[in-house]
Amino acid sequence: MKNTPVIIDLQNISVSFDGTTILNNINLQIHDGEFVTLLGPSGCGKTTTLRIIAGFLQQDSGDVIFEGKNINGVPAYKRQVNTIFQRYALFPHLNVYENIAFGLRLKKMKEDDIKAKVQAMLELVNLKGFGSRNIDSLSGGQQQRVAIARALAVDPRVVLLDEPLGALDLKLRKDMQVELKNIQQKLGITFIYVTHDQEEALSMSDTVVVMNNGEIQHIGTPIDVYNEPANAFVADFIGESNILDGVMREDFHVEFSGMRFQCVDKGFGKDEPVDVVIRPEDIDVVPAGQGMLQGEVTSVTFKGVHYEIIVDVDNFKWMIQTTQKASVGDIIGISIKPDEMHVMKKSEYSGLYGDYSSFSEEFDELSDPTVVEEEEE
Amino acid sequence: MTKTSKLAKLYIALIFAFLYAPMAVMTVFSFNGSASTYKMSGFSTQWYLRLFNDEVTMNALKNTIILAVVSAAIATAMGTLATIGINSMRNKRLRSGVMSVTNIPMMNPEIVTGISMMLLFVFAGTMLGRKDSLGFATILIAHVTFQLPYVILSVMPKLRQTDSRIYEAAQDLGCHPLKAFFKVVFPQILPGIVSGALMAFTLSLDDFIISYFTNGPAFQTLPIHISR
Amino acid sequence: MKRSSLAQKIINAPYILWAALFVIAPLIMVLYYALTDSTGAFSLDSVKQIGDYGGTFILSISYGAVATLISLVIAYPFAYFLAHTKANFQRMSVMLVMLPMWMSFLIRTYSWITILGESGVINSALGKIGIGPLPLLNNGGAVILGMVYNFLPYMILPLYTIMAKMDVRLIEAAQDLGCGKLQVIRKVVFPLSVPGIASGITMVFVPCVSTFYITQKLGGGQVNLIGDVIEAQFQTANNYNLGAALSLVLMVMILICLGVLNYFTDSDDEVNGGVLV
Repeated sequence: MKNTPVIIDLQNISVSFDGTTILNNINLQIHDGEFVTLLGPSGCGKTTTLRIIAGFLQQDSGDVIFEGKNINGVPAYKRQVNTIFQRYALFPHLNVYENIAFGLRLKKMKEDDIKAKVQAMLELVNLKGFGSRNIDSLSGGQQQRVAIARALAVDPRVVLLDEPLGALDLKLRKDMQVELKNIQQKLGITFIYVTHDQEEALSMSDTVVVMNNGEIQHIGTPIDVYNEPANAFVADFIGESNILDGVMREDFHVEFSGMRFQCVDKGFGKDEPVDVVIRPEDIDVVPAGQGMLQGEVTSVTFKGVHYEIIVDVDNFKWMIQTTQKASVGDIIGISIKPDEMHVMKKSEYSGLYGDYSSFSEEFDELSDPTVVEEEEE
Repeated sequence: MTKTSKLAKLYIALIFAFLYAPMAVMTVFSFNGSASTYKMSGFSTQWYLRLFNDEVTMNALKNTIILAVVSAAIATAMGTLATIGINSMRNKRLRSGVMSVTNIPMMNPEIVTGISMMLLFVFAGTMLGRKDSLGFATILIAHVTFQLPYVILSVMPKLRQTDSRIYEAAQDLGCHPLKAFFKVVFPQILPGIVSGALMAFTLSLDDFIISYFTNGPAFQTLPIHISR
Repeated sequence: MKRSSLAQKIINAPYILWAALFVIAPLIMVLYYALTDSTGAFSLDSVKQIGDYGGTFILSISYGAVATLISLVIAYPFAYFLAHTKANFQRMSVMLVMLPMWMSFLIRTYSWITILGESGVINSALGKIGIGPLPLLNNGGAVILGMVYNFLPYMILPLYTIMAKMDVRLIEAAQDLGCGKLQVIRKVVFPLSVPGIASGITMVFVPCVSTFYITQKLGGGQVNLIGDVIEAQFQTANNYNLGAALSLVLMVMILICLGVLNYFTDSDDEVNGGVLV
């Protein structure tokens, strides 16, 4: 994607509301045809960013550049971007056809052209024959499709999607993810997608922008942000991770849990304190005494494809995902390959995440913001 | 709990009897052959004929309807606009302040609303050097004033229910904000506006107390005429 | 964040101006007249006279309280029973409760003269069996009856609304936990209906306390409430200043009552208007 021209360029965008900073100096370049996901917990500023691009909100400072032109003062209705809203925002007094035709009528298109376009859109979203249906008579998934068709009908350059799948159940959600991605690739339009669901972000995007507290934490491909998270926040937010306090003794040598290990990272200062991320699925379980570290199993949960094992190693609780069985109370050894240890610079998030001592299913649920929320308004 | 005991049904029936008996009696006597409201002496529609031929009564009826239509129209338009304004107020304290003021004519005893307006009109009349300041204008102002909270309170819930995102969606698709309002928000709040207007209209028709203090000899409504 | 506040100001201006001129200013006028004499000079004469009407105020509150209490006692079981009938019947009944509110308040009051009068419906019926005529009209009882009759729908509707909205599962849960029928009402239905009771009380008490038409028609001058006194100052005695002072006291009194009621129920600001469909 990076070889296509930049279509939207956010430069030093800051917004505060009632004295609270919502966005702090956001810089983001989005290329034409790219599928970009803004990912973060609720309140991180992702929806605000989207609303600034849409023109519903004015930033306090900074510039929004669209194809090289500053569009700071341009109102929403004059911008070549269209939004697919959270909970769809379909017009309840109009039927499916009229909802999709809404933007076309405003363009004063000929009735025949409108008809052709609406039909094409209905086909695109697999709703052929639904034109005369009332909005109320549609299921959530169908309403979602109408919302997509309505936004795409006006041939936008950029489509903004604000947690579009948040109200759908899991199965439908997965289907729609695939469908949205297909539509995006078919039409070649830029999608800017807002979600708090890391799985959704990883599976759909070309580029993931991880945000927290009104700041961008990491911009990268899904593989990048998963394998090389920029800091402890990103590592924790995307997937499960064990984050250990470590010291970079020298290039390719990191020390944590009181031991010195070989790794593949370099370029840190001598004896620089660092965070070390190790993904649970990258850890091998070996018999006691044969591993690099060893500890006592404190919890085992069967997860279908694997077991989730919590191991206490010198009071740090590691999470391990393995197909090998272990029982609570077992002493096991663990082994990690050098290239599975990812070393990060210390950040404001260091020490906040990464230990599973307070871990439980319920706790995970409570801290995981899967509830769709009205964000920062 | 869908089955209702006999006793409960009887009780409901009794209350309805209490509510409707006096009106039934009045209706019966309106067809009385004699002038008494106590003794029925034959069926007659003479009172209705007299009523329709009585110029003062008919004039009062005409006044009542004119007043109700005009005041309800003004109150509905202004109230709807005010609801939109109040709803979009970001400052919570200002908004609840405005709502409190809005509720005053509804919470205040009607007699106080009536005389407070009368005092204002009399005072303004004296200031302007007019002796008889009470008339159509004053009763109209009074009616609009006491109708406004009812209009606002019937439009407000509809506006609150309306997803603000549909207003944004219309703009997003290329509507000027004003046009977006009329194309997508207005149809949503229309039921509230209509019921507000109806309520304003009927309140005006039926109002006695506030009219009693703010009307002038030149403009009498039916309730005022009946009370005399 | 910048917002198009200019448009908002244009939208709000007419109403705020109107409210200031015709809601706030009249109340200031009441204060002004209460604190001046007939020449317009500052004077506390009217305020000093308020004391003479202490008895009238107490009488008005008593009448209002009795009428409100009776309305509540009548309306509560009605609303409770109604809320548990079939949906169609409920809808029709609500219409029937509201219908009298659309009839002229004057005629509704006047119709009781026809019924209660010395040669009215009741007395002529009693006369046929050799009783009466009983003095049913022109006394305190007739006034209370008129109040209850006129404002009963305003008590029924908020009570019904809140009871119809009440989650049946709560009642079932209470029964499940061992509540008897009366205990369910006392421990679940009643506490949950308190906001409805509060708004019903407000809607009945305020017009009852301040009425003057009902007392004049059904009380026949035997019962003189504060509404009558105030009305007389404006329509016959032409003592606007005293009338304003009394109104001021009436208003403050009612505001205090509403405040106390709100304090105990913590009811929503808009609950009162919501049921007046």
